[in-house]
Amino acid sequence: MTASATPPVEGRTIYRRPSLLSNPTSYCPGCGHGIVHRLIAEVLEELDLGGRTILVGSVGCAVFAYDFLRLDAVESPHGRAAAVATGVKRFRPDRVVFTYQGDGDLAAIGTAEIVHAAARGERFTVIFVNNGIYGMTGGQMAPTTLVGQRTTSSRTGRDIATTGYPLPMTEMLSLLSGVQYAARVSVGDPGLVGKAKQAIRRACEIQLDGNGLSLVEVLSTCPVGWGMTPSEAMERLRGEVVDAYPIGTFVDRPRGIAQRLPQPGPATRSVSEGF
Amino acid sequence: MAVLDRPAGAERPHLVASPSGTGREASQVPDRILMKGNEAIAEAAIAAGCDAYFGYPITPQAELLEWMARRMPEEGRVFIQAESELGAINMALGASAAGARVLVSSSSPGISLMAETMSYMAGSRLPCVVVNVMRGGPGLGSIGAAQGDYLQATKGHGHGDYRVPVLAPSSIAEAIELVRDAFIIAERYRTPVMILADGLLGQAMEPVSPAFRDLEPRADDWVLEGAAGREPRSIRSLHLRAEDLERQDNDLQATYRRIVDAEVRWAGEELENAEVVLVAYGTAARVARTAVERARADGLRVGLFRPITLWPFPAGALREAALGARGVVVVELSAGQLVEDVRLAVEGTVPVFLHGRMGGMIPTPDEVVGAARAAWSRTDPVPRTPRGRNGEDGR
Repeated sequence: MTASATPPVEGRTIYRRPSLLSNPTSYCPGCGHGIVHRLIAEVLEELDLGGRTILVGSVGCAVFAYDFLRLDAVESPHGRAAAVATGVKRFRPDRVVFTYQGDGDLAAIGTAEIVHAAARGERFTVIFVNNGIYGMTGGQMAPTTLVGQRTTSSRTGRDIATTGYPLPMTEMLSLLSGVQYAARVSVGDPGLVGKAKQAIRRACEIQLDGNGLSLVEVLSTCPVGWGMTPSEAMERLRGEVVDAYPIGTFVDRPRGIAQRLPQPGPATRSVSEGF
Repeated sequence: MAVLDRPAGAERPHLVASPSGTGREASQVPDRILMKGNEAIAEAAIAAGCDAYFGYPITPQAELLEWMARRMPEEGRVFIQAESELGAINMALGASAAGARVLVSSSSPGISLMAETMSYMAGSRLPCVVVNVMRGGPGLGSIGAAQGDYLQATKGHGHGDYRVPVLAPSSIAEAIELVRDAFIIAERYRTPVMILADGLLGQAMEPVSPAFRDLEPRADDWVLEGAAGREPRSIRSLHLRAEDLERQDNDLQATYRRIVDAEVRWAGEELENAEVVLVAYGTAARVARTAVERARADGLRVGLFRPITLWPFPAGALREAALGARGVVVVELSAGQLVEDVRLAVEGTVPVFLHGRMGGMIPTPDEVVGAARAAWSRTDPVPRTPRGRNGEDGR
């Protein structure tokens, strides 16, 4: 065989690995974290922000995010990422700062920090990856676990009588005036992944405007913790998960999308009247 | 009554005690002014170039937060009243990682809440100065002066193999000096440093020289600012591989050995020929100093050994200071915490007694003289040799 003399066919790039991604991730097959990392890398690269971004990590499966994203990064104690990010952003207001937190981190142990960062209108971005379970510690029940879902600490399914109801963090936070942008997205199929990227991009733009917190909740999978194959997990994500956690933009204040705290209505019967 | 405030338009140093209505020139900075301990610590930190302060209200340190709430924005620096002590110390972690010179303050229960992140900061090699204006405990305890957090401060607040240098002022003037020193030590060794004061030091007013000192800005090759033009940096305490973590831990321990070699501080008074050596720090040392004067006036040769760094503890100096004494009396506002380090330091070379009060109670000088006299009467004379007892040379 001889080498062909014909010139190579002129090609166009369909997919290029973002330069802000470094090592291959160590996540389980079917886990959504790798997708979310890639979306962040793509958005920061497209906006040319990588060189002035500081990642505030958290505790959970994504604790090693700094190994996969080529960004300056600081580790937070479990749940405290929003406070750590507050300290970083207040001292370096011209940098892009984002937290990357799971649902155990943000919705359980870190509720005080995220609520008050949101109430203060801190000017950073929160990427909140919700897979409804504590993945890293072996699949225990989280505040976001769906009613009836089996986990290693709710063997017969989450029972509302003893463990209450799933916590809709993004709906709750979207009531606060300090939140400029709040959206819930999913990585359940390629179309949804595209929308998730748009939301992350919008959150970064909101941060650059410097008027308040931007939050993107990403519904994601944990096939190992859910006891499913990767494709079954994606199926569930598109089904009962999104039924429980509706996706969409809750707040985009520059575009006039906002939720407000309930205002006291006209005079109604006071509670004590019944007694 | 002296009014302590900044006259409008005055240049720094701008803290003057000008009795209102006396017509004293606002621009005249007197040699000595009256300051509350909490406020003096806060202003000393600002003078030392503190970039960011984070706190949460708790008695008896609330004035420190209030002072910072007013002064830090004036200086264009970061002030946040956090949602909790957890929030405050973690904001400090973030700001420190981003290169800020950071101060955090609280009192005993709040320090307990900060303990977890103190451990993270030690493991992540992040400088920070933490002020603990101690109150009575355990639990909610009281708001009076106490020293019940000695073991917490010196033996570890949080988990893991780490230490934090602890500086203990016994006057407001000394607190001003030690705030600056604390920042220097924090940055020199990349470690959290604690200033251990108590409710009395925080609340009392004393005349001080407004000689707040500046500290050079630092240039660091580890801070986070975005990775433009260089490899990304990560600041973290997690090292899952045993070999990696042991290497990190060894580095940390080597740093602690350097601190022990270079940063031990203590003060002695009337130690020459002292038959009874009092050992005390902070407010207890103030009482002990008066007790030394009274005992000496009464013919009992008493001296005072005052550790200024509680960790690293001045063990060698104390052992030497106590060699010629019949006994050592530890005076502290606790059930006996400092006394453990004193016993370790003297290694049985001299009997050690404790005089401790708790709950916000402060011993009177006469009480301490009584304790020194009791120690004298329960011990034997030491044979006088050129150095120490039984001809030992103190080594």
